[in-house]
Amino acid sequence: MNGFWAVCKRELKGYFATPVAYVFLVIFLFFSGYLTFRRGFFEVGQADMYLFFSNLPLLFVFMVPSTAMRLWSEERRSGSIELLMSLPITVTQAVLGKFVAAWFFIGIALLLTFPMPLTVYYLGHPDIGLIITGYLGSFLMAGSFLAIGCFFSALAKSQVISFILAVVACAVLVYAGMPTTVNYLSTFLPAGILEAVENMGLQTHFESIQRGVLEFKDLSYFVLLIIGWVAGCSIILDERKAA
Amino acid sequence: MISVKDLRRSFGSIVAVDGISFEAKRGDVLGFLGPNGAGKTTAMRMLACFLTPDGGTATVCGHDILREPLKVRQSLGYLAENAPAYNEMTVGSFLNFVCDARRIYGRGRKDALARIVTRCSIESVYHQTIETLSKGYRRRVGLAQALIHDPPVLILDEPTDGLDPNQKHEVRQLISRMAKDKCIVVSTHILEEVEAVCNRTIIIERGKILVDSTPEELKRKYQTSLDEVFRKITRRKSA
Repeated sequence: MNGFWAVCKRELKGYFATPVAYVFLVIFLFFSGYLTFRRGFFEVGQADMYLFFSNLPLLFVFMVPSTAMRLWSEERRSGSIELLMSLPITVTQAVLGKFVAAWFFIGIALLLTFPMPLTVYYLGHPDIGLIITGYLGSFLMAGSFLAIGCFFSALAKSQVISFILAVVACAVLVYAGMPTTVNYLSTFLPAGILEAVENMGLQTHFESIQRGVLEFKDLSYFVLLIIGWVAGCSIILDERKAA
Repeated sequence: MISVKDLRRSFGSIVAVDGISFEAKRGDVLGFLGPNGAGKTTAMRMLACFLTPDGGTATVCGHDILREPLKVRQSLGYLAENAPAYNEMTVGSFLNFVCDARRIYGRGRKDALARIVTRCSIESVYHQTIETLSKGYRRRVGLAQALIHDPPVLILDEPTDGLDPNQKHEVRQLISRMAKDKCIVVSTHILEEVEAVCNRTIIIERGKILVDSTPEELKRKYQTSLDEVFRKITRRKSA
C-alpha cells in the first residue's frame, strides 16, 4: 500500500510541477464550454447539461491520452523506471498508483467545470440527479480512456507513438457506438454482430448513464474496460520494463 | 550477504551474463571489473531485481531474488548507471518520495535526511530541481537515494563515472568509510579505483568470471600494475 501512495502522490505532484497540468486544464475547460454554447445551449431552451456531456467523449478522445502518454513512456525513456523498480514497490502498485493519480487529475478537471452546473441552476430547475450521473459517467469514461492510454504508454517508449495509438483505440470505442457507424454497418452486418459491435462501443453505455439510468451492464462495461487495460499495462511492464 | 549461483541472462541471441557465481560477505568491497559490454550492468540489475535471470539465482541478506524481490530491494541500496532520477523534482522532494516508498516516516525520516544530506554533501542543492544539477551532484543525489535507508548491501554501478578528480576522491572516501559494516559491490572500469577502495576483485568478460581474487594478489601474481593485469587477462581471453 505504501508503494501505491508514494507513487500516486509523486505523480500527482508531477502534473503540477510541470506546465502539463495547466495547459491541459485551460484547454479542456475552454473547449468543454465553447462546444456546449456553440452547439446551441441557449437555443435548446432547456436547463440541463445534456449538450455539455455529449461533447465529452470526443473531447476526451484527444485530451485523456495526452495526460496518459507520459505515465510510462517518460519513465522508460529517462531510465527512471530503473530507480522506481529498485524501490520496494511492486509493478502492480506502481501501475495503480500512476493510474489513480492521473484519474484523480482528470477528476479535478471535471470538478473545475462547476460553472456549467451553476449556470444551468441559475437559468432554471435542472434535475440534480441527472447532473450527478452525467459527471459519474464522464468520470468513468475518462478512467477507461486513461487505462487505454496507460497501456499504450507502457508499450511504446516514445510519447508520440503512445499518444497516437491511444487516440486511435479510444476513437474506435467511441465511433463503434455512434449512430452513423451503426447505420453504415447495418447495411452488410448480420443483426447479432451489429448488436455486439454497438454494445462494445462506448456511446450507448455513456448515454444511458447520462440519462440517469444506472444499470449494472453499463457500470460493469466501464469497470471491466479499466481493469482489463490496467492489468494489461502491468503485464506489459513486467515483461519489458528493462527493454 | 550476497550469494550468486550460476546466474545467466541473454537478450535475444546475445548472452550477457553466462553463469556467474560468487559470494560476498560483510566488510567486502567487491570491485566488479570488465570491459564495456562484459555483462557488469546486467549482473547488477539482476541482483537489484530489475531484470529477472533466465537461469540460476542469487540471495541477498538471505532473501532469494526470484521469490522475495521486495525483501531484497528493502535490504539493498542500488545506484544505477547514470543515476536515474525524476528530473522535474527538487532534491528534497525526490528524497522524500524515496522515504515514502521505503516507509521511513516521522522522526526517522528527519534523521535519515539530515544524515544523508551531510554525508553526500548536497545541502547546497537541496531545493534545486534535479535537471539543473551538474553530473557530480546528480550522482551524489543518486547515492543519497541509495543510502537513505542505511542498507546492509550496496550495489553501485559506475558510481564515479563522469565525475571530476575531487568528486571521485570524495565518493571513494564515502565508500571506504561505509565499508566496515556493509557489503558493497562496485562496478567500474577505472583500475586505480579498485586499488583505492576494493578488497576483492572480480574480472568479468563476455558474461563469464575470469578472475576472482584480491587486487594485491593479482599484482603479486602478475608482477605488474593492475592496468597491465586487466589488459593481459581480458585480451588473452577475447582474442
